Amino acid sequence: MSQKKNELRSTAPDNTVHDVGGLDFGNVDMQEHDLAFWERRVDAMIVILANNRGAFKIDAMRRVIESYGEQQYDATTYYEKWCRALRNLLVEQGVISRDELAAKLAESRETMRSASRDVSGDDVPWNEGVWNEETNNS
Amino acid sequence: MHDHHDHDLTFQADHDTGPASPYEVLEHAIRELLVEKGVLTNAEISEHIDKMATRNETLGAKVTARAWTDPEFKQRYLNDTRAALASMDIDIGDMAEYRVVENTPRIHNVIICTLCSCYPKLLLGYPPSWYKSVTYRSRTVREPRAVLQEFGVELPDGVEVRVHDSTADLRYIVLPMQPEETTDWPAEKLMAKISRDSLIGTSIPT
Amino acid sequence: MTMQTGAAPKFQPGERVRVDSRPALGHCRAPLFIRGQTGTVVTVHGTFRDPERLAYHQPGLPPQNLYKIRFKQTDLWLDYTGSPNDELEVDVYENWLLPATN
Repeated sequence: MSQKKNELRSTAPDNTVHDVGGLDFGNVDMQEHDLAFWERRVDAMIVILANNRGAFKIDAMRRVIESYGEQQYDATTYYEKWCRALRNLLVEQGVISRDELAAKLAESRETMRSASRDVSGDDVPWNEGVWNEETNNS
Repeated sequence: MHDHHDHDLTFQADHDTGPASPYEVLEHAIRELLVEKGVLTNAEISEHIDKMATRNETLGAKVTARAWTDPEFKQRYLNDTRAALASMDIDIGDMAEYRVVENTPRIHNVIICTLCSCYPKLLLGYPPSWYKSVTYRSRTVREPRAVLQEFGVELPDGVEVRVHDSTADLRYIVLPMQPEETTDWPAEKLMAKISRDSLIGTSIPT
Repeated sequence: MTMQTGAAPKFQPGERVRVDSRPALGHCRAPLFIRGQTGTVVTVHGTFRDPERLAYHQPGLPPQNLYKIRFKQTDLWLDYTGSPNDELEVDVYENWLLPATN
């Protein structure tokens, strides 16, 4: 991503990392790619939970994404942001707990490995894209 | 209730290949937990994905070609978009209302969402990557003509650019102008002239 | 969210309005680049639940009138390089709008 960033953003108030209208991030990259299936599933889960289950409103998803720091916001793809926000909201709303999720993440890694898929990297962190043992394991 | 087609969504080996990213693992874990807890089912997820596969550029072209060839439908499409789409069996759900903005010889409309990436998904499907990019979102409100030029759209002098920032509960769709030489064409032939981008405003049918 | 029933709109099509320049305290759908700017009401869309409350799991009541506000691009950007007739339209909830003072 081009980082021809306008000063406006650095002087803006907090929680406005998403508010980019009028800034300049450079030329538009027109390359397109089909969504991966996991991305389609994130999209589907959010729509089902927001519409059919009333677990949260889409506005709450946006609020979580807007609370990401600039580094996290710029470094993650669209569905990475939504996937992470989905996790945070499900915990916030008490639908799942952090402990349950930590256990399930370990299982999911094993399931994928046993299906011959390597798993890259650490679990998605809870804050700012910086690994922090305390916040990740609490 | 959905057990008539309970797809196994654990892996889609043809598509999700290569190393799994931490986000893909997270998606898997969240989904397994939600299914275990009975919050949702894999079948519901499959159904939603199947439905989204029917919402795409072709559907947008079909609706637009109808508006070009059926004046009564065009009025309804402009005045009550939800009802017009429903009359073609396109349900836009209750996440948002849809509005159509019509290009004229004097006005060219462009759609954008500066704050996130609001898009008429239930007509056109998932938005393209560039629509969600900070480059498109940041610059289109301030220098729309420069952005349009990058898309190969040169507007003649005297044509006003009208940018629509989808900040709230409305999703916008452009109704492009029908190319003059296609005046007598049937709707099916017209569809080939209508691209997804022309319904966002970053292309003009020729 | 689709339309709700709510209070009559404070502003009418053709009226000049200014977007409040207060800082957002949290989730907000009035983008920074229109805050403090003056535009014209084009359409009264009806009333919708307030996203600033929905974002925090509240019911979003009272519903807010939502307006399509049209701005002249040359009013928004001092260095605007397109036609002086170019316009930008943004949907703004009533709790961000004030009567224009000029």
